[in-house]
Amino acid sequence: MTHDSFEISQDVVAQFETQQGVDVRFLKAGDAGTALNKAILSKDQPLADVFYGVDNTFLSRALEEGIFEPYRSPLLDVIPQKFQLDPGANALPVDYGDVCVNYDRAFYEQAKLQPPESLADLPDERYRGQLVVENPATSSPGLAFLLATIGVYGEQGYLEYWNALVANDALVVNDWDSAYYGEFTLHGGTRPLVVSYGSSPPAEVYFAETPLDQAPTGVVTADRSCFRQIEFVGILAGTQQRELAQAWVDFMLSTTFQEDMPLNMFVYPVNPNAALPAVFSEYAVIPESTAELSPDSIAAGREGWIEAWTGVVLR
Amino acid sequence: MNSNRGSLGGPTQRPSISRFDPGNLLWILPLAFLGLFFFYPLVQIFSLSFARSPGSPLLPIAATLRSQETLHVLGFTFGQAAASTLLTLMVGLPGAYLFGRYAFRGKSALRALSGIPFVLPTVVVAAAFTALLGPRGWINQGLMQFLHLTTPPITFVNTLAAILLAHVFYNTTIVLRMVGDFWSHLDPNLGAAARTLGASRWRAWTNVTLPLLAPAILAAALLVFLFDFTSFGVILLLGGPRFATLEVEIYYQTVSLFNLPTAAVLSLLQLACTLGLTIIYTRLAGRLSRPITLRSARLTQQPLRTWKERFGAGILAAVLLAILVSPLAALGLRSFTRYGSAPRGQAVEQGWTLANYQQLAQNPQSSIFYVPPTAAIRNSLAYASATVFLSLAIGAPAAWALARDGRSRLTRWLDPLLMLPLGTSAVTLGLGFIVALDHPPLDLRASPLLLPIAHTLVAFPFVVRSLAPALASIQPELRQAAAVLGATPRQVLRFIDLPLVGRALLVSAVFAFTISIGEFGATALIARPEYPTVPIAIFRFLSRPGAINFGQAMALSTILMVVTAAGMLAIERMRIAEVGEF
Repeated sequence: MTHDSFEISQDVVAQFETQQGVDVRFLKAGDAGTALNKAILSKDQPLADVFYGVDNTFLSRALEEGIFEPYRSPLLDVIPQKFQLDPGANALPVDYGDVCVNYDRAFYEQAKLQPPESLADLPDERYRGQLVVENPATSSPGLAFLLATIGVYGEQGYLEYWNALVANDALVVNDWDSAYYGEFTLHGGTRPLVVSYGSSPPAEVYFAETPLDQAPTGVVTADRSCFRQIEFVGILAGTQQRELAQAWVDFMLSTTFQEDMPLNMFVYPVNPNAALPAVFSEYAVIPESTAELSPDSIAAGREGWIEAWTGVVLR
Repeated sequence: MNSNRGSLGGPTQRPSISRFDPGNLLWILPLAFLGLFFFYPLVQIFSLSFARSPGSPLLPIAATLRSQETLHVLGFTFGQAAASTLLTLMVGLPGAYLFGRYAFRGKSALRALSGIPFVLPTVVVAAAFTALLGPRGWINQGLMQFLHLTTPPITFVNTLAAILLAHVFYNTTIVLRMVGDFWSHLDPNLGAAARTLGASRWRAWTNVTLPLLAPAILAAALLVFLFDFTSFGVILLLGGPRFATLEVEIYYQTVSLFNLPTAAVLSLLQLACTLGLTIIYTRLAGRLSRPITLRSARLTQQPLRTWKERFGAGILAAVLLAILVSPLAALGLRSFTRYGSAPRGQAVEQGWTLANYQQLAQNPQSSIFYVPPTAAIRNSLAYASATVFLSLAIGAPAAWALARDGRSRLTRWLDPLLMLPLGTSAVTLGLGFIVALDHPPLDLRASPLLLPIAHTLVAFPFVVRSLAPALASIQPELRQAAAVLGATPRQVLRFIDLPLVGRALLVSAVFAFTISIGEFGATALIARPEYPTVPIAIFRFLSRPGAINFGQAMALSTILMVVTAAGMLAIERMRIAEVGEF
C-alpha cells in the first residue's frame, strides 16, 4: 500500500517475484496524507502487508496510531543513523529528498543578476516579485518550505521572515503543479524562483525535449535553506504474511531497489552502497546542511504554525 | 427504510394498471444501493470520527459550528455557488433556447463541444485556463504584443473571477442539455397561441413558456448549484489559497491535520445544506410540474430563417464558443507546442512539435505503473460503460417512482435523499468506504468494482433529475388510454413511456458517461493502479518536473477531449437512429 507518486521498474518487481515465488500487488491510496489516513482507519483489517510512503512530517501520526509492527532489518546496519528517525524500527527509512527554492538559470543570466544563495537573500529588493511558494495547508513541498523557515528562523522569528517575503511580493499558490507549471518562468510563468525539490534539475535534464548539457534550473542551498523529507516503509500490524513482508522491506532497502528508485521517483537512496545514475551525480544538488525539525515537534507544531502562517501571509 | 412506509405510497385515484401498485417496489433497488454504498459508509466514518474526539462528541460540534472561521467558509461557499449558478444560467439559458428551438448546421458538433468541459479533470482545466489567461497565456501574450506592454495586463489565476468562470465553463452543459432538451419538446404553438390572444412577447414568455420550462430549469439549477457548492479542485487550483469552500476545509482538516471530529462536523454541515436545498427544490418542483403534451423535436424546431435569427444565433454560438471552447483550444495548441528550455538568450522559446504525442508511447524507466494511452482510454471507457449501466439501472426506477407518485408522502421524503451523494465530501466518503466495506462478502476496498460504484453515486442523481421531468410530464391519460385498450404494463412501458423518455434516457446516459470518464478525485482514492484511467495518467505526468512530462499531460488531455467528443457525437447519432425522434 502506497501513495500516488510511487514508481518502480517492471524488471525490479519481477526480480522479487521470482526470488520469492509470489505476485506483488500494489495499492495506491491517494496522496501521501490520504494514503496514511486510509492505513490508519483500516488498521483493524489491514488492506496490505506493507505500507510505504509516510514521511517525517507524518511519521509521528503513523507511530502514534500504531499502524506498524517493528522489524529490525539487517540492512539497517548500513543505513546512516541520521535517517533512522524511529528508534523502535517500526518505520524504516527508504529514501530522502530536499525541498528547496529552484531558480531559472536563463532568467538570471539574461537579467545579469546573481541568483539568491540562501533563505536570507529572498526578502532582498533584487528578488522582488520573483518567488512563488506553495500553501503549507494543501501542499507537501509548501509545508516542507514552511518547516525550513521555522528550522532556520525559529518559532519566534519565522513569521517575521514571512512578513518580509510578503512585503517583497512573494506569491502563494495551492499546489506544486500550479507553482511549477503555472508560475515558474521555465514553464511559461513570470516568476523565476519556485519552491520545488533539489532533484528537480536532474529531472529537467532527464525529461528535456531537446538534450541539454546543463540543467536549466539551479537550487538555493546555502545556510540550511532546504528541508529534508525522508520517506519510510513499515510492516502493517496484523499482517498474515510477516515473513514475506520482511522480505519486501529488505528488498526496498537493498541496492537493487535503491538504485532503481532515483530515476523513477526522483529521490535519493538512503543506502550508501547504491550507485546514483549519471544524471543525478551530475545535476542533482545535495545541500551540505538542511533545516532540522524532529517529527515530534512537527506533529505538535503543525496546526499552530499553519494557522499563524495563514494569518500573516494570506490575510 | 424501504418497506415500512410502503403502505402510504401514492394516491391511487389513477386507475391502476394492475391491482398491485408496483410503484413502491421501484424504490427497492435505488434505496438498497444508496443504503449500502452511501449511508452505511457515512454512518460508519462519522461514528468513528466522533469516537476519536477526546471529550464529549458534542464538543467538536459546538466548537466548529460556533467558530468565525466556519461561518466565513460557509458564507463563501454559498456565495460563490449562488453567483456561479446565476452566471451559468445566464449563459446556458439562451444557449438552451437556441438548441431547443432551432435546427441548424453544426448544431450537434456545437453540442458535443459544449459537453467536453464537463469531463475534464480540474488539473487539466486549470492548465487550460492558464494556457489561455495565465501570465504567459495566449491572451496576455497577444495583448502585450498588440499594446506594447511589458507586463501581462490580465491577472486571472488566484481570483474570484477565475472560480466563477471555471464553474460556468464546467456546468453550462448541464443547462444546455437539461433545459435545451426539454425545450425542444415544448409545443411552440402554446406561446404562439398566447401571442395570438394578444399577449406581448414578454408576457407570452413569462406566463406560458417560462412556467412550462420551470421544472427543467429548476432541476438544472439545483445540479449546477450543488456542483459549485461542493467545488474542490477549481477552488484549490484556480481560486488559490485565499478562498476555501467547505469541501476544501474538510480536505485540510482530514488530510493535513487528521482532525476527524472537526472534519465530520463540516461534512455533516455540507450534507445538511444539501438536504435543505433539495427539500426546497422538491417542494417547488412539486408545485411547478404539470403534465403537458411533449412534441417531437422535429415538429418544434425550425431552421434559422430571417437574417435577424441568423445574427442572433451567430452571436449566441460565438459567446458559447468563446467561453466553452477557447480554453479547450488553448489546451490543444499547448499540446503541440515546444517550450525550448535551453538556457541561451531567450527565456521561452516556442515551436511546434509532435514530440509530446510520440513520447506517450514510451516508458523510459519501464515503470510498472506506466500505461500506454490506448490502455488508459480502454480502462476509462470500461469504467464509464459500467457506470452508465449501473446508474441507469438504479436511477431509472427511482425516477419512475418519483414521476408516478410525485405528490405522495413517501416520495416527498425520499426524493431529497437521492440528491445527497452530490453534496457529500469525496474525502469523507472515500474514508467511509475504507471503514465500512471491510467484511466479506462486502470487502470491496480493493475491488475494481468500487470505482463504478463511486461514480454511480455521483452520476445517478443526474439520471434521476433528467428522467423525472420527462416521465412526470407524460400525461396519465395516455397510459390510461393504453391500458383501457388492453395494453399490459409491459406494453405501456415499451410503447408509451420508453419512446417518450427515450431522449431523456440518452441525455442521462451521456451525463453518466461523462461524469465517469472525467472523474478524478474519487478515482485517485480507489482506482487500482493496474487499471489507471486517463485522468490518473494525466495526473501522473503533471506531478513530475520536466518539459516532456507537462507536454505529455497536455497531449493526453487533448486525447481525452477528442475521445469524449467522439463518444458524445456517437450518442447523438444513436438518438437519431433509434428512439430519439418520435
